[in-house]
Amino acid sequence: MISVQTKAYGAIEVDERQKLLFPHGILGFENLKEYVLLDAAQPPFYWLQSLEVLEIAFVLIDPRVFRPDYLLEVAPEELTELGIHSPEEALDFAIVTIPEDPQEMTANLQGPILINRASRLGRQAISTNPRWELRHPILKELALARKK
Amino acid sequence: MLVLSRKIDECIMIGDQIEISVVDIKGDQVKLGISAPSSVKIYRKEVYQAIQRENIEAARVKPSVLPSLEDLLPKDKKD
Repeated sequence: MISVQTKAYGAIEVDERQKLLFPHGILGFENLKEYVLLDAAQPPFYWLQSLEVLEIAFVLIDPRVFRPDYLLEVAPEELTELGIHSPEEALDFAIVTIPEDPQEMTANLQGPILINRASRLGRQAISTNPRWELRHPILKELALARKK
Repeated sequence: MLVLSRKIDECIMIGDQIEISVVDIKGDQVKLGISAPSSVKIYRKEVYQAIQRENIEAARVKPSVLPSLEDLLPKDKKD
């Protein structure tokens, strides 16, 4: 176990295997490479917490939670650069933006977060399908999915 | 920044593997053809910038506002 500082939960102990390395950072935060992936206390969200700057933490979600039809569509190189050669070697998430009114929260499916489960290398990819946009309204799409 | 003038069908080489050609010019719009190895990722700059801005916005999240998704949903009208 390692001790880490988090924006959401203060100092906590996490498994070494929750540590991730983003060699190119995340767009807009290219200089931050080390993160830890945590289950949020509020399901089905996760936290991607920077280990270098406490204030930087992203809320993540599995897009399939609100878009059962979601498909990860990125250039194959985005995966092979992480050493991912088959879908089951990868974890993928969308970054969630939460405005003042949480009902309006959106997920970024245009810039999915990819993680190699085994090596724990990560990167932000860019979707090759324009159908996956920058701001998907999570609650609206979830309501639609449940109607079906 | 290097600035080069090119006409339609003329090309620019970047290194020996990336070729950019001017396919068409109409008014203020230039159509470019790009040949590059598949390992070179090519995107419109606006896409990068939009994702950067969205990430910066997303990183501002205050943990106290993170709700449980179930709590946000209208309480189920059972089918």
